[in-house]
Amino acid sequence: MIGFTYLAAILATLPLVLILAHLVRKGASSLSLAFFTHMPGSVGEPGGGMANAIVGTLMLIGIASIIGLPIGIGAGLYLAEKKSTPLASTVRFLSDVLNGLPSIVMGIFAWEVLVRPVRHFSALAGGVALGAMMIPLVTRTTEEMLLVVPTSLREAALALGYPKWRTSISVVLRTALAGIVTGALVAVARIAGETAPLLFTALGNQFWSTSVREPIAALPLQIFTYAINAYDEWHRQAWAGALVLITIVLIISLAARFATRSRFGAPVD
Amino acid sequence: MTSLPVDWLENDRRKLRVDASAYGDKIYEALTAACALAIPALVIAIAVAIFAAAWPAFAKLGFSIVTTSDWDVRAGHFGAAPAIFGTLVSSTVALIIATPLAIGVAIFLSEFAPLWLRQPIGFLVDLLAAIPSVVYGLWGIFVLIPLLREHVMPFLRDTLHLGATPFFSGPAYGPSMLAAGVILAIMALPYISSVSREVLMAVPRSQREAALALGATRWEMIRDAVIPYARSGIIGGIMLGLGRALGETMAVTMVIGNRPEISASLLAPGYTMASLIANEFSEATSDLHLSALMAVGAVLFIITLIVNAVARWLVWSVGRRRTQ
Repeated sequence: MIGFTYLAAILATLPLVLILAHLVRKGASSLSLAFFTHMPGSVGEPGGGMANAIVGTLMLIGIASIIGLPIGIGAGLYLAEKKSTPLASTVRFLSDVLNGLPSIVMGIFAWEVLVRPVRHFSALAGGVALGAMMIPLVTRTTEEMLLVVPTSLREAALALGYPKWRTSISVVLRTALAGIVTGALVAVARIAGETAPLLFTALGNQFWSTSVREPIAALPLQIFTYAINAYDEWHRQAWAGALVLITIVLIISLAARFATRSRFGAPVD
Repeated sequence: MTSLPVDWLENDRRKLRVDASAYGDKIYEALTAACALAIPALVIAIAVAIFAAAWPAFAKLGFSIVTTSDWDVRAGHFGAAPAIFGTLVSSTVALIIATPLAIGVAIFLSEFAPLWLRQPIGFLVDLLAAIPSVVYGLWGIFVLIPLLREHVMPFLRDTLHLGATPFFSGPAYGPSMLAAGVILAIMALPYISSVSREVLMAVPRSQREAALALGATRWEMIRDAVIPYARSGIIGGIMLGLGRALGETMAVTMVIGNRPEISASLLAPGYTMASLIANEFSEATSDLHLSALMAVGAVLFIITLIVNAVARWLVWSVGRRRTQ
């Protein structure tokens, strides 16, 4: 039985290692400067890159952050201060519910509200869908980081004459800022890889576009489109794109883990 | 109260300072409350928008969306039963594969792993949750499906003679319910494992020591003292993984074969609710088609809502017990 747990540990870490190894092997050969700077080529032709998709993903992350970060941090501040009032508990519960919603449900919601009325796909709709997904993540990490700040700090500021709002923002928030920023980055990493909400909001775009009101390409969308089509060249590009995507996500995850580790040796879980 | 102008000035200044901070406090509280209330507002908005868009389909087709299997767009029949069946079956297969492994890893990390190994392995397992779904799908198409088609499925069907049962019969195309189940298992594993690890480590030492003092072996201690204590939390973690598996779209769409038919065999291609929406939404032809897809989305919304709410309640109840 004990041996089974050892076996389980090996089997559980195996997929990660396999997937990463395969990604590196298949994707690295197709990575080149052209990949980052060129536009997608014609169907089946060699060459071409994912420049528009990379820029598109950055734009979508930007729009999502403009929506998700302020609301998430504000909600986190509220929850950290109101702790267990009925309203706070309800908000916390619904935040977890929102977190668990399938990303495609967010996609059809954004479509219903932002695409259908204007009959136009847009980067804005995609950004809003991603931003809505960011809110519960940012809220939870903000609240956790704020609760770690010792109350003595807040009391000292109040004793010195700071008004309540100033204490919260200039003292407590600033102390927790590193953790909050880390949490925000982790949320960004999570939504950078989301495809389903973008399928019918941002839609994807073969051409270069930086307009908020037009459809826009995104890295995960491009990977999906290339992967399910039949051309080998596109498959190679898909692997390269996946390698880029996962490198970004892993670097952010590793940096976040490193930044929030406890300085005293015991792991912060 | 003195009558010198300098004192009046002091009093006024003091009053202004208090007033300013009173306004500041009110504005701050209003802003943060507004941000917090945005969350329930968003959930309600999502529910209202989806159900309102789904209403025409529910009104015209009623329960046949859920019960019939005929999804014929041109004829106006929208029976999503194969999709619902596929969602439930793929998630069940995923849980059957993932749960023992995830709990095994959690037990390994909380009981047996040397301290220096705990962080790295825990981190590696949690990292599985960070991999984007589309990357899983890509790996699924080009690595998992050939592996299943050429080695695993023939092994299961012919070598183990499971092909005699209805669950492993039929040709091994590759894209299948089994492939979807395996990929979903890998995606759900970190969620189950992370929650289980936390609740197992939260079991008080006194429980473990009491079992050992009564003469239990290491394994008996885990089985009889630690796991029952953490049981509701572990079940909560399993349901969390289930919730993730139910809503997963991209990886499943890429490996399940997208065939809207109910089949008992795991080797056959299938369909899920999320794949159905993903595949047909951008090309929905009629208003009824769109509304039917929204209806499928509404069903998915409700199912995941319930599963996640129950999961959260279970995990929270362990946390509350811990503090008592």
